[in-house]
Amino acid sequence: MIDKFVRSMAEAMNGIRDGSTVLIAGFGDVGAPNALLDGLIEQGATDLTLVVNSAGRVHKPGDPTTGVARLVELGRVRKVITSFIRATSIAGEAVRDGRMTAEVVPQGTLAERIRAAGAGVPAFFTPTGAGTLIAEGKEAREYNGRPCILELALPGDVALVDAWMADRWGNLVFRDSSRNFNPIMAMAGQLTIVQTHHICDLGQLSANEIVTPGIFVDRVLHVAAGDPQLPR
Amino acid sequence: MNDTASGHKPLGRSGMAARAARDIPEGWYVNLGIGVPTLIANHIPPEREVVLHSENGILGMGPAPEPHKENPWLVNASTQRVSLRTGASFVHHADSFAIVRGGHLDLCVLGGFQVAENGDLANWAQSATEAGRQIGGAMDLAVGAKRVWVTMEHTTKDGRARILRRCTYPLTAAACVSRVYTSLAVLDVTPKGFVVIDIIPGLSFEELQARTEAELHRE
Repeated sequence: MIDKFVRSMAEAMNGIRDGSTVLIAGFGDVGAPNALLDGLIEQGATDLTLVVNSAGRVHKPGDPTTGVARLVELGRVRKVITSFIRATSIAGEAVRDGRMTAEVVPQGTLAERIRAAGAGVPAFFTPTGAGTLIAEGKEAREYNGRPCILELALPGDVALVDAWMADRWGNLVFRDSSRNFNPIMAMAGQLTIVQTHHICDLGQLSANEIVTPGIFVDRVLHVAAGDPQLPR
Repeated sequence: MNDTASGHKPLGRSGMAARAARDIPEGWYVNLGIGVPTLIANHIPPEREVVLHSENGILGMGPAPEPHKENPWLVNASTQRVSLRTGASFVHHADSFAIVRGGHLDLCVLGGFQVAENGDLANWAQSATEAGRQIGGAMDLAVGAKRVWVTMEHTTKDGRARILRRCTYPLTAAACVSRVYTSLAVLDVTPKGFVVIDIIPGLSFEELQARTEAELHRE
């Protein structure tokens, strides 16, 4: 019997190694695997490369630090690959002080690099970013009269995913705009770990409605994570 | 220069948004960027069917919800809570940017720091060495949409020109902008440079040119 449910956070995080590239889904707090990030903080892996759409909020003294910002603050992140990093965030400060590097890429290029990794495409040319700072050091070529740059697939050793509902095969559905990076990161992770708000019996999710089939999923942890929060 | 003294009133954020909204026809699929462009949605009458796209995977985004109808799972690209229009759909992030990069959007409206007469846009950084790099989806939108419009103040707060011969800030994309809605005018980007489509009441062509580095052309 296939059963991808794990019973504890320790089991969910088991085997994540130092030096891993970790794909972290979510757009703001919506669809973000925050419980799994807490688990990763606890688990202790270090020297990580994090792939995440936004590297964090403006840092206000006294605010509790969580998630990506907490991993950065603990000195466990070597590099972040992101579309958006604020100078005044904990990640931005770490980059400025030389404690971490950041590779900032256009959001669509980020998504497509992740999709390409999941689809077995090693690299692709795109016009996005041609003639800008982010083209520096990248192979350039013209297609149909448009300058393009070469972008590489971005696979993860680990993907952390937030689902609305899951069954024991790891079939997933997502709620509203929480879908965002979750399906493509699930495809691009060597080890895909899911936190799900709800669980159901096999067969309760219809074949028509499943967004991410279980073939892309390795472990599922049921977490009553509550509603996403707005940025403060 | 004291604008009130010269007898005209520059458009505010809402005024710029309303002016741009007038020109968006029914049936277009449109992405509205962060800032003033987001306000454009408030000025499209509900009976005009314009389908709004949000980078985080929404087609058919509606206005901000009433407080008791807020859905924490439904946010726009600025992570503000939004609603759905009837007929809306969700896609994942790669499909959302396939909509953008695949040339499917009729229009995207972006905020800007600078626009040049060749259509170059700078809207994500003021220097190449900033620790913060806030690109988001702007480079994809600027390259991928069928049309790119920009809404921005005509000059900086300290009176420096933003409508330029060449951008001095790092580019978002080259030769991408087709029209600019500023606090003072509407400008088309054409092969001969900026053509003035519209000027706010009380401001002359010459006064507009005095606030603009690039050469302006009459229609």
